[in-house]
Amino acid sequence: MLKVRVVPVLLLKEGRMIKTKQFKFYKDTGDPMLTVRVYDAQGADELAILDISASVEGRTQWLEIISQSARECFIPITVGGGIRSVEDARRAFSAGADRVSVSTAAVENPDLINGLAETFGRANTMVCIDAKLDRNGKYRVSSASGRKMDFRGVVPWAKEVSDRGAGEILLHFVDRDGMMTGYDLELCAEVVSGVSVPVMVCGGVGTLQDLVDGVLIGKASAVAAASIFHFTDQSPIKAHSYMQDKGVPVCLA
Amino acid sequence: MTGSAGHEKIVVIDYGLGNLLSVAKAFEEVSGGVEVLVTGKATDLKEASHLVLPGVGNFKTGMENLRRLALVKPLEEEVLGKGKPFLGICLGLQLLAEVGEEFGEHRGLGFIPGRVRQLRSNGLPLPHIGWQDIERVKDTHLFDERSSKKDYYFVHSFVLECPEDYVTAACTYGERFPAAVQKDNIMATQFHPEKSREAGLDILRNFLRGKECSRSEWFLSSF
Repeated sequence: MLKVRVVPVLLLKEGRMIKTKQFKFYKDTGDPMLTVRVYDAQGADELAILDISASVEGRTQWLEIISQSARECFIPITVGGGIRSVEDARRAFSAGADRVSVSTAAVENPDLINGLAETFGRANTMVCIDAKLDRNGKYRVSSASGRKMDFRGVVPWAKEVSDRGAGEILLHFVDRDGMMTGYDLELCAEVVSGVSVPVMVCGGVGTLQDLVDGVLIGKASAVAAASIFHFTDQSPIKAHSYMQDKGVPVCLA
Repeated sequence: MTGSAGHEKIVVIDYGLGNLLSVAKAFEEVSGGVEVLVTGKATDLKEASHLVLPGVGNFKTGMENLRRLALVKPLEEEVLGKGKPFLGICLGLQLLAEVGEEFGEHRGLGFIPGRVRQLRSNGLPLPHIGWQDIERVKDTHLFDERSSKKDYYFVHSFVLECPEDYVTAACTYGERFPAAVQKDNIMATQFHPEKSREAGLDILRNFLRGKECSRSEWFLSSF
């Protein structure tokens, strides 16, 4: 049976690891490589290493961290943040990424998704959708780390990206980022039923039950989280055993 | 290990597609000091004791790149002619087929009779991404008694349809498909051993160790 993946997210900015709240209020959370080693030892099923550096140096450091992670960990690594072209993706794959994720670049240039899928295969092309509530309390697609609102609705965009060749959707709730109040299960289930590709959900996990709900109610194929692993004593190992107890199929060490 | 370490060289074939660094790194971890060379040069294939064809991408581009780099003939000489141990990973398994159906119909290496077609996931999300256990079908030195209890990392939408004779392990996701195949010295896995923690490294270790050694171990352990 296919297991549900528990995926810690590392957010990098200029070579440091940070954590945000609602994609703002950056807080330094330490050395990325140390964290990669800890999550690997704690049984993470995959790592997501996302970068929001503004500088070229920051991007280079991000590639170095991917490379070092790929040398030390024998688990899949999904990377995203700085990829705006097929060539950027090629650099990330060469550094050791197993899959790439695009967000803003996909919103601005949807053809990029087709290009990535044709070059690297559908299964290795992930599109991240930053879902954000607008003034009327309706979810819409956002870009540029949640700063720009797009006219697109989340479900139609999810359908379009999967038609264009995204092999997985990372559904990220901007408003819930760092708030530790749980995923938006309703939107998650809506996206899952709208597409045929797997959906990884991220943003808002505060308890291990939130991970279980993401799978059993939200119907996600993979559950990602940052704060709960950064700031509490919970770990992927504990997540696995809790999820197993609640009837979610997971990898057990 | 077959032969002395001095004469061994693991060649990871670089054909412009794939997580070469991860594959090379995983082999370095288990090779006990044997050289691991990542190369796209046809002449380097002659030097190899073990050949590895990794692969991330699609069937069409994979075959195009192998042809463009003039790697098809050397592969045939070394693998079919000289019988060197060969391991295909993911797309590297699929390229062994006669035909692939990804982005139109394309001819493959044809080392194993069969056809690569889309996985019929029967309503389950596709691609098939994540960790899953396998069912051992046939004896092969690639796996040991622990292998069937472990999970391996899969990431693919296409599968190889081939005669059951060549299937050494199967996986079921919507339908049952080959998780690993073998024809004499030609071995391949649909999953990524280099991304499957210790269980995956065991498979790479067994690949390098070769058939004779694991057979005698099996023989001893059966008493």
